[in-house]
Amino acid sequence: MASTAPIAPLPTLPKKHYLNDGTTVASWLLTRDHKRIALLYLVAVTVFFVIGGLFAVLVRLELATPAGDLLSDDSYNKVFTMHGVMMVFFFLIPAIPGTLGNFLIPIMIGAKDLAFPKLNLASWYIFMIGATFGTYSVLNGGLDTGWTFYTPFSTVASTSAVVPAALGVFINGFSSILTGLNFIVTIHRMRAPGMTWFRLPLFVWSHYATSLIMVLGTPVLAITVVLVAAERIFSFGIFDANRGGDPVLFQHLFWFYSHPAVYIMVLPAMGVMSELVAASCRKPVFGYTFVAFASLAIAIIGFFVWGHHMFVAGQSVYAALIFSILSFLVAVPSAVKVFNWTATMYKGAVSWQTPTLYAIGFIGLFTIGGLTGLFLSSVGLDIHLTDTYFIVAHFHYIMVGGTIMGYLGGIHFWWPKMTGRMYNELLAKISAALIFFGFNLTFFPQFVVGYLGMPRRYHAYPPEFQMLNVLSSAGASILAVGYALPLSYLIYSLKYGKVAGNNPWGAVGLEWTTTSPPPTANFEETPLVTWDAYEYPARVEGHVA
Amino acid sequence: MSPETSAAAEHHHHPALAHHFDSLAEQNEAATLGMWVFLVTEVLFFGGALMAYSIYRSWYPGAFASASHHLDVTLGAVNTAVLIVSSLTMAMAVHAAQLGERGKLKAFLLITMVLGATFLVVKGFEYHEKYVEHHIPGLGLPFDYSAEPQFAATAQIFFSIYFVLTGLHALHMIVGLGIMTWMYIWAANGTIDKDYSSPIEISGLYWHFVDIVWIFLFPLLYLIGRHASGAH
Amino acid sequence: MAPRVDAFYLFLVGLTAFFSILIALTVIFYFVKYRRRSPDQVGTRIEGGMALEITWSVIPLLITMVIFGWSTNLFFAFTRPPAETLNIYVVGKQWMWKFQHLNGQREINELHVPVGRNVKLIMTSEDVIHDVFVPAFRVKADVLPGRYTHMWFNPTKPGRYHLFCAEYCGTKHSGMIGEVVVQEPAEYEAWLATGRAEGSLASAGGKLFQDLACNTCHRPDAVGRGPVLQGLFGRQITLGDGGRQTVDEAYLRESILTPNMKLTQGFQPVMPAYQGLVTEEGVLQLIEYVKSLGTQPQSQPVRPASGGPAPGETHTPSPNEVNR
Repeated sequence: MASTAPIAPLPTLPKKHYLNDGTTVASWLLTRDHKRIALLYLVAVTVFFVIGGLFAVLVRLELATPAGDLLSDDSYNKVFTMHGVMMVFFFLIPAIPGTLGNFLIPIMIGAKDLAFPKLNLASWYIFMIGATFGTYSVLNGGLDTGWTFYTPFSTVASTSAVVPAALGVFINGFSSILTGLNFIVTIHRMRAPGMTWFRLPLFVWSHYATSLIMVLGTPVLAITVVLVAAERIFSFGIFDANRGGDPVLFQHLFWFYSHPAVYIMVLPAMGVMSELVAASCRKPVFGYTFVAFASLAIAIIGFFVWGHHMFVAGQSVYAALIFSILSFLVAVPSAVKVFNWTATMYKGAVSWQTPTLYAIGFIGLFTIGGLTGLFLSSVGLDIHLTDTYFIVAHFHYIMVGGTIMGYLGGIHFWWPKMTGRMYNELLAKISAALIFFGFNLTFFPQFVVGYLGMPRRYHAYPPEFQMLNVLSSAGASILAVGYALPLSYLIYSLKYGKVAGNNPWGAVGLEWTTTSPPPTANFEETPLVTWDAYEYPARVEGHVA
Repeated sequence: MSPETSAAAEHHHHPALAHHFDSLAEQNEAATLGMWVFLVTEVLFFGGALMAYSIYRSWYPGAFASASHHLDVTLGAVNTAVLIVSSLTMAMAVHAAQLGERGKLKAFLLITMVLGATFLVVKGFEYHEKYVEHHIPGLGLPFDYSAEPQFAATAQIFFSIYFVLTGLHALHMIVGLGIMTWMYIWAANGTIDKDYSSPIEISGLYWHFVDIVWIFLFPLLYLIGRHASGAH
Repeated sequence: MAPRVDAFYLFLVGLTAFFSILIALTVIFYFVKYRRRSPDQVGTRIEGGMALEITWSVIPLLITMVIFGWSTNLFFAFTRPPAETLNIYVVGKQWMWKFQHLNGQREINELHVPVGRNVKLIMTSEDVIHDVFVPAFRVKADVLPGRYTHMWFNPTKPGRYHLFCAEYCGTKHSGMIGEVVVQEPAEYEAWLATGRAEGSLASAGGKLFQDLACNTCHRPDAVGRGPVLQGLFGRQITLGDGGRQTVDEAYLRESILTPNMKLTQGFQPVMPAYQGLVTEEGVLQLIEYVKSLGTQPQSQPVRPASGGPAPGETHTPSPNEVNR
C-alpha cells in the first residue's frame, strides 16, 4: 500500500459468514460450529460473571461497616460462598477456554473446526446443566460451605444445599474435561499443513498446557465431590474423624485439583497476553520457546504444590517443606513469562489501543500477584498470612488482575474478528483505566488488612480494620462501573460499531487472514503455513486490510 | 450410498466422514487419540478413590484385612473371569469389524454384552449379600460387625470405599453396555463397515479399560491381606 | 517471634516493591518510548536471547531459594517448641473456644497467659475444623476433630490481643473470637488462684477416672483387665498386631474413645468405647491424669500378671522411651 494511495475504501462485512449462516434459534442451540459455541459460552459466562459479581457487591457492602448489619451471618456466609462458586467454577474456569479458546484454536491452527464438534456442543450443554444445579442450590437456600467444601463442615455440619452444588461442580467438571480433551486432540491432529508445533501461536501452547490440567486434574475433583456427596447422602464415614476417617484427606484431594485449577484459570490468560503483546508491539514474542515451555512447566509443577494450602492443617514438617520449595519453583517459569513479555516491548511499535492497555495492566497486576505468592510459599510466613485477607488479595490479583484482565483484553482484541465490528475506543480506554484503578483500590488494602490480622470469610470484624475495608468497598464500586461499561458498548457495537475489516490491528496470525467475521468453514481453503508465529515485519504488509 | 459400495474409494466421500476432516483415516486417528485422553482422565478419576483406599489401608491394615474376608472371593473370581472373557470377545468384535464381517461382529458384540450383564448380576448378588449381612455403611441401615468389635468403626470405611469403587465401576459397566447396544445398532444398520470400524475400536478401548479397572479392584478389595495379619 | 516474622515480611515487601516497580517502570518507559508513530510501523525483529533467558531464570531461582532458606528457618522455630512449656488445653466447638489450665482453671473465649513464658497450646475440636489465630503473635494452627495439634508462643508484652477463628466453621465463624490476656507473672498467678477451680486438671481427670469406673480394670498392680497406666505416658508399647506405638496424647485419646482400634499386646477387646460418653475436655482431663501417674520408666509389666511376658514386650526401656 503506497503512501500516495487514495483513501482506502471503507471495509465491508463479508456477504456470508458464520453469524448469518442460519438465523433460527435452533441454528444456534444445535450448532456444531466452534465459533457459535464460543458465543454461547460468551453469553453464559457473562451471565454467571454478573451473578457472581452481584454477590461480590453484597460482600463489599456488608464489609463497609465492622458490624454484621446488612446481612445475617448465615446470609453473608452463603453470599461469599456463592460468589466463590459462581466465579471459580462457572466463570473463571470456562471463561477464556470456552470463548476465546473455542473460537480461536481451530482458526489459529488452520483447521475447519475442533476435532469433535458434537462433543464441543455437548460440553456447553453439560456446562449449562452443571450451572443449573449451581443456580438451583442458590435458589434452594444457598450453599454456605465456602467454595472449598471443606469437610467435615460440608459433610456433617452444613444444613445448606451441598449436594446440588456438589453435583453442579461435578457435572461442570465433565464439561471442562471434554473441552480439554477436544483441545488436545485438535492441537495434535488438526493442524494445517506446515503448522509445526513451534509455529503455533503461544495462545495455542498455553491452551494445550491448560488442557493437560483439565484432563488430569478435573477427574480428581470429580471423585472428591462424589465422595462428599456420598458422605452426605449415604452418611459414609470416609471424612468423619469420629469414625476413623480423615477430614484432611479431603483437603489433599480437593487441592490436588484446585491448585492446578488456578493454572487452568491463569494459563489461558497468559496465552492471550502473548498474543496481545506481540500484536501490540508488532514483533515476535521475545523467547518464544521459553514462553511456550514455561506454560508446560507451570502446568506440570503445578500438580505438585497442592500441599501449600495446608501448611497450618497439621501437615508433617517435611511435607510442608517439600510443598514450599516446589511452590517457589513455580514462580520461576511465571517470572520468565513476565520478563519475556516486557522484553518484547523493547524496540516494538507499541500501539496505544485498548488491547495494549489490558496487556500492560495484566503485566503489572500479575507481577504483584505472583510476587505475593512468594510470601505464601514461605511456610514461616504463611502461618501468619493464610486464611487472612492477604490471601484473598493475592488470589484476586491472580484471578481478577490476571485472568479477567486477560479475558477482557482478549475480548477487546478479537471482538472485531468475532463480530466484524469495532467498539467505541474511547469508552474502552476509559473502562480499562477504571478497571485497573478500581481493582487496585479494592484489593491492595486487603494485603494490608490481611497482614494486620483480619481473617477471611468474616461477616463482622473489629473496628480497627474499617478504614481499609471502606477503601476496598469504594474500589469495588469503581470496579463495578468499569465492568458494566464494556457490557454496554460491546453490545452497542454489535449493531452500530463501525465495520472492522479483516485485520484492524495489522497483526499476523492465521485468524487475521480470514474475513471478519470468518466464514463457517473458517477459511476459503485450508491454509499452507510457511512462516513462524509472529513473523513481523516480513509478513505484515500482506495482512493489513 | 450403501455401505457395500462405499468401500470403493475415498473420492466417493464416505458417509461417516465429517466435513472438517480430509480423510477417514485422519478422523479415526483423532477419535482414537480422544478416547485415550479420556481414559487418562478415567485413571485419575479412579485414582482419587484409590488414594483414599491406600491411605486408609495403611492406617487400618487389620480392619481392612478383616473386612476383606467378608467379601466373596469365589464370586469375585468368577466375575474376574467373566470380564476377561468379555475382553476377549470384545477384541474379536473389533477384529470382525475391521474385516467387515458384520455377522461375526454382531455375534461378538452380543456375547460381550451378555458377559457384561452377567458381571452386573453377580455384583448384584454380592451387594445383596452385604445387605443381608448388615455390612452396608450409612443409609441408616444397621451396620453389624460384632464379631470383631475392634474393627467396627474402621470396617465401615472399608465398606464405604468398597461401595464407592465397585459402584463407580458398575456404573462404568452400565455405560459400557449402553455403548455396546449403540454399536450393535450401528453394526446392524450398516453404519459400521470395513472403512469405518473406529467406533467399534474406541468402544473396545473403553471396554478393556473398564475390565482393567476391575483387574485392579479385585486384588485390592478381595485378596490383599487375606492371608496376612488379618487371618485369625 | 513477631519481630522475626516482621523482618522477613519486610524483606519480601521490599523485594516485591523492587521488582514490581522495576517492571512497571520498564513497561511504561517502553510504552512511551517505542509508541507506534505511524499506522504501518512494525517493531524491530528480535527473536530472543539465550543469555537473557538464563539470567532471568537463574536469578529468580536463586532469590526464591534464599527466601525458602529464610522461611524454613522461621518455620522450624514455629514447629519446635522449647523443652519447657506451660501447657494449656484448647477445645474448639461451633462457635466458642474453651481453655483449660493445668491447675483446673477454665475459661471461655479468653485466654490468660503470663508474660515471658513459653506457652504451648494443645488443641482439638469437638465438631468441624477451626483454627486458632493470634495475629499479634504471628501464629496460627488448625484445630481438627479427632486429632491434637500444637502451637506455641512466648508473649513479650502484657496486654489484650485478638484471638480469631481462622478456618471457616459456619454461621457464627466471625463470632468465634476471643482475647489473649497477657499478664505479669504475679498478676497471672493471682488470676489462676481466683475462680472456682475444682482442683487441678489431673485431679479432675482422676475423679472422672473413678466416675467412669476405669479404675476397676486399669489398676496399678498389674492384675486388672486393662494395661497399667502408671508410668505409661511417653513409652513405646507393642500392639496386638505386633506394631509399635508411642503413648502420646493422640494415642491415649484414641484408646479412650475407640479402645479396640489399637490394643496393647496381650489384652482382649473388652473395654467399651467411650465415644460420645466423654467430652473432649473430659478426655483431656483423663490424659492429664494419666500423665500425672508418672512418666518415669517402670519395671512393672503393663500386661496382666497371669499372661506372662511375651516376646517383644517392652520390659527394658528402649532409646525411644523419652520421658516427657
